[in-house]
Amino acid sequence: MKKLLLISMLVLSVAACGERIKPDDETTGENGQGSAGQDGATAGGIGAGSGAGGTVLESGKLVSYEKNAINDPNNVLSEKVVYFAYDSNTVGDDYLELVKHHGKYLSFNAGASVRLEGHADERGTREYNVALAENRAQAVKQIMLYEGASNDQISVISYGEEKPVAFGHDDESMSLNRRAEIVYQ
Amino acid sequence: MAQAVLKIDITEGFEGALPIAVIPFQWNGTAKTVNGDVSAIIMSDLARSGKFSPVAEKDLIARPQTLADVHYKTWRIAGMDHIVIGSVTKQTNGTYQVQFRLIDILKAKQVLGYNFSATDKTLRGVAHQISDYIFSHITNLPGAFNTRIAYVTLNRSKNLYKARLQISDTDGYNPQTLLTSDEPIMSPAWSPDGSELAYVSFESGQAEIYTHNIRTGVRKSRSKYKGLNGSPAWSHDGKKLALTLSKDGNPDIYILNLSDNKLQRLTNHWSIDTEAVWSADGKSVIYTSSRSGKPQLYRQAVHSGSKPERLTYEGNYNASASVSADGKHIAYVHGEGNVFRIAVLELATKSSRILTDGPLDESPEYAPNNSIILFASQEKRQAVLAGVSVDGRQKQRLEFSDGEVREPSWAAVRY
Repeated sequence: MKKLLLISMLVLSVAACGERIKPDDETTGENGQGSAGQDGATAGGIGAGSGAGGTVLESGKLVSYEKNAINDPNNVLSEKVVYFAYDSNTVGDDYLELVKHHGKYLSFNAGASVRLEGHADERGTREYNVALAENRAQAVKQIMLYEGASNDQISVISYGEEKPVAFGHDDESMSLNRRAEIVYQ
Repeated sequence: MAQAVLKIDITEGFEGALPIAVIPFQWNGTAKTVNGDVSAIIMSDLARSGKFSPVAEKDLIARPQTLADVHYKTWRIAGMDHIVIGSVTKQTNGTYQVQFRLIDILKAKQVLGYNFSATDKTLRGVAHQISDYIFSHITNLPGAFNTRIAYVTLNRSKNLYKARLQISDTDGYNPQTLLTSDEPIMSPAWSPDGSELAYVSFESGQAEIYTHNIRTGVRKSRSKYKGLNGSPAWSHDGKKLALTLSKDGNPDIYILNLSDNKLQRLTNHWSIDTEAVWSADGKSVIYTSSRSGKPQLYRQAVHSGSKPERLTYEGNYNASASVSADGKHIAYVHGEGNVFRIAVLELATKSSRILTDGPLDESPEYAPNNSIILFASQEKRQAVLAGVSVDGRQKQRLEFSDGEVREPSWAAVRY
């Protein structure tokens, strides 16, 4: 499974009703202003300094929110899938920064819009999984809204377990299927 | 089109099942038609009900063709309670005359006898009708063989996604496709009179609930709110749908009045509430809720201000209820770790038992006469429809030639 090496220590707990963001550890370098700087990012990747305020993270991904950034394979925004734990709709540490980057991108690009597609693994019942996957997509949406995206830039659809990307019944396949996909329109 | 092949696996003994002998019907003026082997269909129906154990054809001790041929004492000694005899006669106009007699061995007389007219097309239906007569007469329960089931099939590979909403006879024969879509189709549910199906289709790019008349093909969009539109369940009078919407923030249960499209919100909780089904008396719904942290079943009256009552406590995953017609039991999905099985809860005692082996059993659906529970199962990585008798002793499966098959719904009557 692909994971971004991000540096934030934020833990975001999004209850199903929740719009509350609760950092329960020390936060790092998050100013919410759109300067994409991150403490602790180590240089040495490709394309450092290019783009609008671009900074290179450990993984070698560029952070910038210019219009075409979502199409740049070297940009952090090229990652567009958020994975979840079983029966959970909490955006975990590994994906929180990613979702925030997309939220900021939307806030800087008012003309952009995304469709958040929620998915579940095959365990459990079909309609419950549709509801669970809806809550996953909604959790991603709430973070994006917090980062300044507007409500009308984000649509949500839940497919439950109906559209897996991995067809095995093993843990690896199931972990790939528990996801929210960020699809730019 | 998927053609069903019925395979019946008897996994355990038949204690309690009633012995019956279905004598192969005599065919007059025509060769036996493979697709309409009336006595074989009756035998298969009775066996699938879980309430009968028909004698295998090769083990029959006699093959009487008329009432006069029946030697009661021989059958009594063989421990048989009932036998069925009959004939199929081709008429000059090409139709068939089907006759059957149910004989009570202990009473030493015919207790039921009917004459039917059938065509090639209706011959299987007549056979199921005879099964219903026999089943009802002996068990005092309504028959449910001559109705229909609905299910969703899926053909999918890397570049293909083809969902189909299908209906068929209760043994899987005569499949017809009502809807084909490149997007998911979910949760088919029969209206109480068997004339319509409610279901969820994603064809418009979002989840939307439709009702679909199976004879006219006319369908109506019933619910297209922002967010979830799921889990439609008809009230017993056919006038309302219980459904799941997330338009107000979270998945909650609502009741939609079909005549004026008015919505009544039943639950209002930050957790997931979904998969509502109506109780037998129609006064409450039973649904899945994660309000305790994990999915469990709850019952709540449909009038406003009602409070939910938790029904399941064993384990961390109890969901997707189906209520027995007599209202005494609930079949549901019970999950432990990665294993999901069908269980039954007795409402009076709150005691539950697990009926199936898993590993991914789901979508339980009581037959309208409570005889068996249909469900979707995974076998050799293929989704199949399976059945289990309500006591768990007899298991069976409907096997289709291609694609995955899921989400069975069993009509109470044939429209």
